[in-house]
This record gives sequence, C-alpha cells and structure tokens, in this order.
Amino acid sequence: MDALALAHAAVVPVILIDLALLASSRLVTCIRLAAAQGAVISLTPLLFESGPPAAHTVVLCAVALALKAVVFPLLLSRTLRRVVVRHEIEPYMGYPMSILMGILGLLASMWLAGRLGVPDVSFRAFSAAFATVLTGLLLIVTRKKAFTQVIGYLTAENGIFLLTSALAPGGPLFIELTILLDVFVAVFVMGIAIHHISRQFDSIDTDRFCSLKD
Amino acid sequence: MLLAILVILPFVLGGAVFCIRSCPVRRGILVAGAGAHLVLSCAAVFGSPEPLFGGLIALDALGGLFLLLTSILFAAASFYAVGYLAKENPDERRDFQEGAFFSNAPQTVFIACLFFFLGSMTLVTATHHLGLLWAAIEATTLASAPLIYFHRHHRSLEAAWKYLVICSVGIALALIGTILLAAAAGPGREASLYLDDLVSHAPTMNPLWFKAAFVFLIVGYGTKMGLAPLHTWLPDAHSESPSLVSALLSGALLNCAFLGVLRGHQIGAAAGLADFCAPIFVALGLFSMATAAAFIIGQGDFKRILAYSSVEHMGILALAVGLGGAAAVGGMLHAASHSVTKAMLFLLAGNILASFHTKSSHDARGVIRALPVTGVLWVAGFLAITGSPPFGIFISELTILKAALDAGRYVLAAAYLLLLGLIFCGMAVPVLRMAQGRSTPHIAPGPRGEAALSVAPPLVLAGLALLLGLYLPPFFQDLIGRAASLAAGM
Repeated sequence: MDALALAHAAVVPVILIDLALLASSRLVTCIRLAAAQGAVISLTPLLFESGPPAAHTVVLCAVALALKAVVFPLLLSRTLRRVVVRHEIEPYMGYPMSILMGILGLLASMWLAGRLGVPDVSFRAFSAAFATVLTGLLLIVTRKKAFTQVIGYLTAENGIFLLTSALAPGGPLFIELTILLDVFVAVFVMGIAIHHISRQFDSIDTDRFCSLKD
Repeated sequence: MLLAILVILPFVLGGAVFCIRSCPVRRGILVAGAGAHLVLSCAAVFGSPEPLFGGLIALDALGGLFLLLTSILFAAASFYAVGYLAKENPDERRDFQEGAFFSNAPQTVFIACLFFFLGSMTLVTATHHLGLLWAAIEATTLASAPLIYFHRHHRSLEAAWKYLVICSVGIALALIGTILLAAAAGPGREASLYLDDLVSHAPTMNPLWFKAAFVFLIVGYGTKMGLAPLHTWLPDAHSESPSLVSALLSGALLNCAFLGVLRGHQIGAAAGLADFCAPIFVALGLFSMATAAAFIIGQGDFKRILAYSSVEHMGILALAVGLGGAAAVGGMLHAASHSVTKAMLFLLAGNILASFHTKSSHDARGVIRALPVTGVLWVAGFLAITGSPPFGIFISELTILKAALDAGRYVLAAAYLLLLGLIFCGMAVPVLRMAQGRSTPHIAPGPRGEAALSVAPPLVLAGLALLLGLYLPPFFQDLIGRAASLAAGM
C-alpha cells in the first residue's frame, strides 16, 4: 500500500472519531478520542508528501504529534481530576441530534469540496478536514462545560491541520501556523486549571457566565 | 532598520519591565517607550523605510495609517496609565458594583502586556505577509486578554474568557481563510503568502477559491473587528476592562483586525472580484449599525454605550469599503477620527467612573459641575462621535453619504442616515443626562480634583478630533488618499 492510499485510509478514523466525539458525554472518553484523532492527523503531512519528506516537515509533525497526542491529553486529564467534573450535563443539543448534525456537516463538506473542484488526490482529506472543523465548532456552541468546549477547539484545530496537509499550499509554513493555534488551547487549559475559572465558580459550567447579558 | 527597531522595541521593553522592581521607574519606561514608539512610527510613516526580509516587514500607506493611529492612542493611554496606576490600590478592596472583594493583577504584568499588545499591533500593521499578519493578530488576542482581566473580579474574568473563546474561534476561521487564499493560486504553483505576490497573481487565481477564502477571512477577522453579529465579546470586554485598555481595544485593536479584512479585499480587487466583496461589506456594515442602534437605545451602562458605538463605527467602515471609490477615502478618514474620538471618550469614561464609582448613566449625574473639564469634553466627545460638525467624523460620514448618493444608492443612503439619527438620539439622552444637573448626594464624587494626567490625554485627543474636521494637513491628506486607494484596490 503506498503512502497516498494510507492517507485516504486515515480519513476513515478521523470521521468516525468526529461522530464519536459528538456522541460521548464522558469527558475522559472525549479527551482520549481527541488525542487519537490528533495522533492520526499529525502524521498526515508525511503521507501526502510525494517523495521523501523534508526534515523540516518531519520535525513539525513530531512536534504536532507530541502536542496533540501527549501533552494536551495529559494536561487535560490532570485538570479534569482537579476540577471534579466527569460528564457533560444537559448539552444545548442532544446526542442523537448532534450526530445527525455531524453527518450533515460531513455532507456539506463534501458538497463544498465538489463545488470548489478540489483535486481527487485531496478530495477525501479536504471533506474530512472541513467535517472535523464543523464538529469542533458544534461542540463549542452546543456544550455547556468550558472543558468540552476546549476539546471542541482542539478538534477544530485538528481539522485545520488536516486541511493544511491536504492542500499543503505553503508546505511547512502552514503547519507552523496551525501549531500556533495550540497556544490558545494551552491558554484555555491554563484558564480552567489555574486561572480561577474553577476556583471562583466551583464549576466550569459556562452557563454561569451570564451576568453580562444585555 | 527603522521598521525592525519599531517592531522589536515594544517586546524588549515589555520583557525589561519584569526586571524592574520600582513602580515609578516602570511607569516611566511605559511613557518613554510610548513616546519613542510614536517618534519612530512618525519617521516610518512619513519617511519610506526599506522593506526587510524580502517584504516580511514592510510598511505601506494603509499599514502606516493604522500604525500612526495605534501609536498616538498608545501614547495617550500610557500618559493616562501613569495617573491611573498610581491611584490603583494594590490591596484587596470592595467592588462598588456588587460588593465582593477583589484585587488587581500585578502592575508589572499589566505594563508588560501593554507593551506586548503594542508590539503585536505594530507587527500587524507593518507586515506584508498574510501568515505573519495572522500570527500577529493572534498575538494581540493573547496580549490583551490579561489587560481585560486586570481587576480580578468575576465580571472581568467572564469578559476575558468570552473574549478569548470567541476571538480564538474567529482566528481559527481566519486561518482557514488564509490557507484557502494560498490554495487559490491553484495546484502546482508555488504558494506564497506575500501580499505583493498574491496581488500580482490575483488575475489568474481560481475565483471560487478566493470567494471561499474571503468569506472565511471576513468572518474570522470580522469577529475580532466587532462586526455584528460576531460582536458579542465586544461590549463585555470594553465595559469590564480598565478604561485605558478599552480605549486601546476600541481605537487601535479593531482597526488592526479591519486591516486583516482589507488585505483580503485588496487581493479580491486585484482579481476583479470587488463586486463579490462589496455586498458582503455593505450587508455586514448596515447590520452592525442596526445592531448598535438597537442596543444603544435604552442602554444604561455608559461604557457599554461606547462599546456599541464602536460596533456602529466598524459597521460604517465596512460600509465605506463596500461602497468603494470616494467612500473609501471617507472610510480611512473615519477610521482615524473614530480612533481618536473613541479613545478620548473611553478615557473620560474612566475619569467619571473613578470619581462617581458607578457605570450607570442614571446615577452619575452632574458631571460638568463635579468635573468641569471631563464634563465639557464628555459632551464634546458625544457630539464628535455622533457626527456633528465641526469634528472629523462629520466630514467622513458626509463623504460616505455623498458617495452613496453619487452611486445612486438612495435606499442605502436613507438607511444609513436613519441609523445615524437613531444612534444620535440614543446617545444624547444618557450623555446629556449625565453631564447636566446636580450630582445625587449619596453618589457624590470624592473631594479629589481632576488630575492633569487624567484630563490632558483626552484633551489632546479632542484637539486631534477637531483638527481632523477643520484642517487636514496636506501630508496627512496624502496618506489617507494613498491608504484609501490601497484599501479599495484602485
């Protein structure tokens, strides 16, 4: 099996994990799923490379792998133990509905890829990437816990990473830019862990953040 | 060389602040750094410095205009900050709104973040590389979040968190836009993110990809810029942060995000797709104005009124770019006038807040009697921001109106005028109520008079707002003209 076929095969777990993320309420499961997805995705730039990958790309993929599959999952699980939340409770959108929206998102992504005329080589990865971004955004807007929202952001970021490797327009530069998004994830985790968000509210339910409504 | 110093200076000073223990020295560095930055940016904008690193750091008229505004506002805010930080008690104290105890973030962190914020905004204006532009806008978000959370109580935490979450999603979308923009060059071509390359390759670009990219860019950067319906972080962040930070957010940061959108528009115009971008700008612009009007009317919190007024003015800017031509010139003048006027109003709001201890426009009465300079400037600022003559915003709003009428877009012009009128009325009621009358006894301001450092910066900004309306120096007129022709892709 050549690298490109492998790259196409990698799309399958990515999409399945999207749907699983939308379906699970246990936060530990969500962290593990996002980590697994990150691990698969951070290797895709190597698969799309024709010929032997550049050393620069390999290093960046290793960094992405370390961040997405090791550092953030560990940080998130540590934080999870400290803030004593286990489940997402009463999301704004139920789980069956979320999965349905996830599938619709996938269809919309495929439509977009067809409309833009994405070349066959990257068609599948492009659709999966957009579907993953949409999944992440859906998690951010429909879940109440700040914690799940961070996982949603991580998922959206995975999607953008896959998009860069599918299109690879600027080579390593775009991978670098995408890794910069991880700074936000780090800040969010820090915000939840040390920056009083759990301490002052005794809960990381973002519903409590509503005193500034108009 | 000049540009390199300009970009690096704030970061170096921000780092240096951490090594200094004495409070007065740190504040001195803040003012000195702001002054040096202002001098350097004037030299850079009106000289023509060499681009560095093959265009990675380069300043054109459009970036130059926004750099100049950022630098002027930062100088005003840093003078204000000296007085503000000296009065801020570092110990725990009672929150006047809800009575809970809170303390401030360390002033070292505050001053360092101000410098990092300035540095990242400078980078936004002084780069021609869309990837670096994106990274710099991300950096502005990270540097300004701690500034919003200076008063460590739960409302400012909520505002900072909301700001981070919403803007980070916006920035992720803008990255998708940037990736699609690079991919629009088509497969097989060496993708470049240099603005000059993108503009010169624009005619052969895949238009569908550009359209998709532009939508992501305007939604992404538009979130940061505060265009409705993506503005929801803005009123909270502006009302909960210290006033000098609100002034910088509103007058400088929103412009920087607007620059991100304009860079996309520049490429679109070069590709002959201005007709695709224009309706998007016009629709978002009008919707922002309408949203602002709806929330300003009946709003009690005077800092929130100013925040919604920023949404309105960002809408006017988008509208001006959407109309193009002469309106774009008006738009650039509007960006300049709005920045100085809004910064002045936020600094004045800080003065009122400091002596009346309330953000309610119903409780803070008799401002002119209690704080004569602040009160008079407050009314003048209200007149300036709502577009009364002889201030700069009057000229720019009139230019935009005239351009709309000349283009035969009468419905648009009528809607624009109606919304401006509504906002004028909506702001007049609370502002005049605050300015006039006697202060209610139980919320009477303290015996402290008006410190020179708290009224001088707004006074200078008011002078600039007046100058922009009465007499535009030829060199500034030239800068605005060149910026507008870049922004509208003429």
